[in-house]
Amino acid sequence: MTGLLPRRGLAQILALIVILAVDRVVSPQFFDLRLQDGRLFGSLVDVLNRGTPVALLSLGMVLVIATRGIDLSVGAVMAISGAIAASLADTHSLAVVLAAALGAGLICGLWNGFLVAVLGMQPIVATLILMVAGRGVAQLITEGRIVTFSSPDLVWLGNGSILGLPVPVAIALGMLILTGAVVRGSALGLLIEATGGNARASELAGVGTRAMILAVYVWCGVCAALAGVIAAADIMGADANNAGLWLELDAILAVVIGGTSLFGGRFSLVLAVLGALIIQTMNTGILLSGYPPEFNLLVKAVVVLAVLLLQSPKLSGFAGVVTRLRGTKA
Amino acid sequence: MTLKALFAATASAALLLALPANAAEFTIGFSQIGSESGWRAAETSVSKQEASKRKVNLKIADAQQKQENQIKAIRSFIAQNVDAIFLAPVVSTGWDSVLKEAKEAKIPVVLLDRDIDPSGKELYLTAVTSDSVHEGEVAGDWLAKTVGAKACNIVELQGTVGASVAANRKKGFDTAIAKHANLKVVRSQTGDFTRAKGKEVMESFIKAEGGGKSICAVYAHNDDMMVGAIQAMKEAGLKPGKEILTVSIDAVPDIFKAMVAGEANATVELTPNMAGPAFDAVAAFKEKGTVPPKWIQTESRLLTATDNPQKEYDSKKGLGY
Repeated sequence: MTGLLPRRGLAQILALIVILAVDRVVSPQFFDLRLQDGRLFGSLVDVLNRGTPVALLSLGMVLVIATRGIDLSVGAVMAISGAIAASLADTHSLAVVLAAALGAGLICGLWNGFLVAVLGMQPIVATLILMVAGRGVAQLITEGRIVTFSSPDLVWLGNGSILGLPVPVAIALGMLILTGAVVRGSALGLLIEATGGNARASELAGVGTRAMILAVYVWCGVCAALAGVIAAADIMGADANNAGLWLELDAILAVVIGGTSLFGGRFSLVLAVLGALIIQTMNTGILLSGYPPEFNLLVKAVVVLAVLLLQSPKLSGFAGVVTRLRGTKA
Repeated sequence: MTLKALFAATASAALLLALPANAAEFTIGFSQIGSESGWRAAETSVSKQEASKRKVNLKIADAQQKQENQIKAIRSFIAQNVDAIFLAPVVSTGWDSVLKEAKEAKIPVVLLDRDIDPSGKELYLTAVTSDSVHEGEVAGDWLAKTVGAKACNIVELQGTVGASVAANRKKGFDTAIAKHANLKVVRSQTGDFTRAKGKEVMESFIKAEGGGKSICAVYAHNDDMMVGAIQAMKEAGLKPGKEILTVSIDAVPDIFKAMVAGEANATVELTPNMAGPAFDAVAAFKEKGTVPPKWIQTESRLLTATDNPQKEYDSKKGLGY
């Protein structure tokens, strides 16, 4: 991969700029920033902060999708890790809490990876199992209630700030850099793309496709667990019924908006995260606009359609033809 | 299956109530929806408390959110010839045939918390439910009284779009404040009844309303969204409960925690005690033949920071919310 943002990122950046401009129109104070208790405060910060869970999910999801897989269980894994973190927060140190929560995510990822890579199940069905069961596990941990905590360390993870930036945003940025360094700093990314492009050919060429597939599901589980801890830390409680609910769909959407094909192969981490930001920029804009909530989903669907049309190769070909025709007429 | 359900119901009732069955005045079967929410869990525990207060032998069947399980439970209650059946219907339709069976067996049925589709009015004795329009009115009236003649910009956190409770709580509140020209809802958005969304939506309200300085009150369709909104206000450097009034609905334990901390002002209780009035109605019907009205409305108590929130918290925290 030469450069992180080649020409293929243009459509996404364009979409983000357009949505930001629309946000500025519906909410004139959109770009206002100020410091509040040592922390940046403004709608832009909200976009980054609220976009963090989906951005983290998309970091794992993009690798899974690159192997031609999909992980529907990430929302449920968020609920599990959040429930574990909240239950342990007031009695254990932050290190133990994080180890337990992320460890649970790792085990969930291993389970998914085992079903897909070793047993050869279809990814959509294999991960559906944990999507359904996982929320039940989370509800068992919380006994169906919202488990609250007051541990200042864990609360800091959700609401603290580093150099004015909310901690979750800093964590997401760190994870992006870490994941990028690992998969693009080595041949790993290429091997993942090869697995997704053609698993059989890659296997014959000596790529350990099973290990690749197992590894991406594990990473996806860990990323989801981290998102779950942050979501719990944000509201100082674990809500097993609602934490991460339907976020798997937003994560898949973020990856697709980021231009990675659901048929596997080439992927981009940065564009997947950009996809998550596009979704959140739109969500925040909808909230700021003051339109009745009945329109939320409709607006979201129209914008997503527009962004995907922008990327459609057929349509851009069509646009090229139109401009050429106009050129000849004039 | 019926035998199994019967056995399970009997076994659980025997476990739950240390009372020998023959000491009970009545045996009542309760088909509960399942554990869909904290409130539902609290309703189950309060029903058990109310039953043991009245020496009622209460058999609870958990339907795990499935109507077919509820129908099976009702049939098994009929087979056991219980004195009455309580039903918290998971959906509003499809009850006609099983309720007819109960009617033929001369077992009165009382609906708890939710009503069923109108066609069945003669099929049950009475329905004990809360009036969610009235809950919104109580919240609106409290706010109007507290604000007085001052101009007040209100932001509203709605429940899930399409949920009848959300629509009703909005309607009731709007009716109550319509009488006061100084009260105005300036922003209204859905927070999906959850803490996380309540916080996110409140963050956007604060930004859209000039840092929150022009917001005088927040109305949330449930307490959980308010708990999230309170966090958002605190993080923005605002003082909920003092600079910005809060009123929400449900009366879950955590809102009383916020009241104790001086960060919330008022809540309207959706009582988990639906079984108490139902027991009384059944007793009156069985002993004196008094036919209760078709609808018994539960009280929507207003609880504010002056109503000893610590006591409310202590009494509610063990109920399973």
